[in-house]
Amino acid sequence: MQDIASWALNAASRRGADHVAVRIADDRSRALSTKNGKLGSASDSESFGIGIRVLADGAWGFAASDDLSRTAVEATAARAVEIARASAQVKQHDTRLAPERAAVADWASPFQIDPFSTSVEQNLDLLLKVDSELRSVPGVTLAEANMNFRREDIWFFSSEGADIHQTKYTVGAGYAAYAFAGNEIQKRSYPNSFGGQWQNKGYELIDELKLVENARRVGEEAVALLKADQCPEGVFNIILDGSQLGLQIHESVGHPIELDRVLGMEANYAGTSFLTLDKLRKLRYGSDLVNIVADARQEHGPGLGTFAFDDEGVPAQCIPIITQGLFTGYLSSRETAHMVGLSRSGGTLRAEAWNRLPMIRMTNVSILPGEKPLTREQLVSATDHGIEMETNRSWSIDDKRYNFQFGCEIGWEIKNGKRTRLLKNPSYSGITTEFWNSMDAICSRNEWVLWGVPHCGKGQPAQVMGTGHGAAPARFQHVKVGTAYQGM
Amino acid sequence: MLTQTQAADIFEKIKRHSTAEEVEVLFYGTCNALTRFANSTIHQNVAEENISLSVRTSFDGGTARATTNKLDDDSLKRVVRASESLAKVQHPDADLLPMPGPADAGTREALPARHFTETAELTPQERAAAVKKMVYIAEKHKLTAAGIFSNSETVEGIFNSRGLADWHTQTSSEISITMLGADSSGWQKFNSPDVSQLNGETLAQIAAEKALQSAKPRELPPGKHTVILEPAAVLDIVGFMFYDFGGLSVLDQRSFLNNRVGTKLFGDEVNIWDDVAHPQQSGAPFDGEGVRRQRVQLVENGVVKRLVYARGSAARMKNSELKDQVGPIVPTGHGFPLPNEMGEAPMNIVFAAPQNPQTVNQMIASTEGGVLVTRLWYIREVDPYEKLLTGMTRDGTFYVEDGKVQHGILNFRFNESLIHMLSNVEAMSIPVRASGEESFDMVVPAMKVGEFNFTEVTKF
Repeated sequence: MQDIASWALNAASRRGADHVAVRIADDRSRALSTKNGKLGSASDSESFGIGIRVLADGAWGFAASDDLSRTAVEATAARAVEIARASAQVKQHDTRLAPERAAVADWASPFQIDPFSTSVEQNLDLLLKVDSELRSVPGVTLAEANMNFRREDIWFFSSEGADIHQTKYTVGAGYAAYAFAGNEIQKRSYPNSFGGQWQNKGYELIDELKLVENARRVGEEAVALLKADQCPEGVFNIILDGSQLGLQIHESVGHPIELDRVLGMEANYAGTSFLTLDKLRKLRYGSDLVNIVADARQEHGPGLGTFAFDDEGVPAQCIPIITQGLFTGYLSSRETAHMVGLSRSGGTLRAEAWNRLPMIRMTNVSILPGEKPLTREQLVSATDHGIEMETNRSWSIDDKRYNFQFGCEIGWEIKNGKRTRLLKNPSYSGITTEFWNSMDAICSRNEWVLWGVPHCGKGQPAQVMGTGHGAAPARFQHVKVGTAYQGM
Repeated sequence: MLTQTQAADIFEKIKRHSTAEEVEVLFYGTCNALTRFANSTIHQNVAEENISLSVRTSFDGGTARATTNKLDDDSLKRVVRASESLAKVQHPDADLLPMPGPADAGTREALPARHFTETAELTPQERAAAVKKMVYIAEKHKLTAAGIFSNSETVEGIFNSRGLADWHTQTSSEISITMLGADSSGWQKFNSPDVSQLNGETLAQIAAEKALQSAKPRELPPGKHTVILEPAAVLDIVGFMFYDFGGLSVLDQRSFLNNRVGTKLFGDEVNIWDDVAHPQQSGAPFDGEGVRRQRVQLVENGVVKRLVYARGSAARMKNSELKDQVGPIVPTGHGFPLPNEMGEAPMNIVFAAPQNPQTVNQMIASTEGGVLVTRLWYIREVDPYEKLLTGMTRDGTFYVEDGKVQHGILNFRFNESLIHMLSNVEAMSIPVRASGEESFDMVVPAMKVGEFNFTEVTKF
């Protein structure tokens, strides 16, 4: 790969590029799914190519190709420089990059079992066992199960001398049971909705998830929801399970702290952010119990946001985002770091694939667990009256990240510390900072899970990225519940 | 760019490498570029070239797919092996049909021209020059501009061992622009296979006017309001129902049309077709198995008339207990590549023009009190059977009173059922090609809708 990279680096430099970054990626994935006892999908895919990012005349250009012959690589590099020069026709100032020591490194995400070494028969047998358990429950009308593996080999080289090779494995699995009757479709998913749980781990994740063991319960819950009471409307104390809290973090913390968004760079598509620069180290984002970090380091866990170096060669770091409720940090890059007085990038520039421009992305944006021992059951027992919600079903937030609304698959009303009735269609809404300032309890480390959101969308052209969100169940006071079904 | 002849040669190699009973190859090739700007600066500017092929093989009722973008002979052998080893371990599926032959593909409707050389050959300098003109309009109005200008050339092809072969080439160009003021914004977007149809300065001017007119927005209390939705807003919300018009979604009982095909769900003026050959539509005329896309009327005078089908879904529906409840059951050429969980969906939606169309200005003029919406955002499904959706307004939301746009208002969150919305259409415009961000491109009208449920207000 060094030869290929040198063709690109030299060709771009010869044409006057001041900075050149070359990213070569070889991406392999397997996707399997079953539906109602039969195969849903079975595919294996690979994609290999080069993306060349350059600064010339103070502006950016990027070109990517699937052809790694010398002629094609040099032509791609030349195209990137041509594009940069075109960009320079419409600029307000020259782009400058925060300094970063050029690293030479080789890293692989830890795993015990290479998922691609497992047989497809073994994978499908497991999915069909799950399927069989789900459909053994009378009233389940649709059972879907999926398993996904990915291996990314990424080589990064720069005109500053960076030479980094990283290998990442990702595994994801989950299932859903649907129950349709009358005028209603209810759904229960496990371990999480929209594809399940995902981590940068090997096949050992599949065993840890205990998929078969939970299937019957999940099917029974889907059917039980058809007869459950509708979640009431009003203002309640709510308890969110960790998976739902992870998505709450993603939407109402992870996205607004993306510095490119704050600076207007996503205005035409993903939006901007209410976290204007004047709010750094001034805004009370949450209650004193809210401590949120963006941590890409291996020691944080095998999250989808874990790596050794980002896609411009900056080492993984832990960035404090909210510290005892105070807003303390953004997600930054070499281009944006100096705009918030940072001498160094926070290392969050990531690209989906070889053919996409890296951009600021969440890493593992996680809420730290409570320090005092507290289980979910203890939290319920300590709640006089509230509504507990689990597993996301719908999510929506405005383009500055203020007003949000989430719907969950299942809920329970809590009275005097006990779950009294099952509730269907629970939903809640609020304003981001008001919501986080209402958090009055969070469970401790034994309840904390590093959840994966595999398909976060951003950018033009669009790209998706996996992000990690560690969370434990937590309680929030006086939250508006049920507006989604208002008047229905 | 890959040609059909080159693709046919590659297919022959793959056939030689394959031991399968049947083999199919899908080709997808793209040369695309996108110039992106924000804060009135080109801050991202990209180009890509890629060709990928996807091999499906079938053995004794099992089928699977493997994809690669490596076209050397060793890689072609590897991708065939990957597909075959996946296919061989599948449990036999009694519902899996043999691959279609040319006679099963149906007739191909003549398409309007969808490939324009000028579009394919658009240069980064030309895109930058167009962006400069849009930025000038922003600066003239003391606004900042953000947006994109993109162009692409794509090829799609399918070949199978039963002799079916089809090929489609297409260009595309798009401009999307947001104009931002201190406390307001406006937005416009348009795309076409023909770049000469794009006028960035006109789009920029309209977006600027929206930003200026919605400055100093006031708060309107949430509630059920009469709403005028511009075409992009209509597109992004109605797009959430079309995946339910597939036969498999009804067989799976995950569709809001379960037990509703043949019933009147919407207002009389709602007539919806799927029509790939419509002059304002785009895309390939064949589906994921190579079956030609037929023109299908999905909704007639508000009645859900019929569903679309891949070959396999049609066969299953004919043998199901639902067969007498769902209207005509024939393969319509809307299937996704096999194997897949979703079955099929109409992807070339065209709303029919109403009997008495109104322009957006006429809808405004006839409104005593209501809300004018430029676009909708972050739309998600809250309830799958009521088709209750939530989302936000964005980039140009106005209060209309006594037939005039009065001022900008703070953006709303809505929670609205598509069934309710499309049953309360008070006026429609002539449908136009529109593009949003939440759903695929369609030919849709602007709509005036009564009693649209805005449930909350945000802070801007």
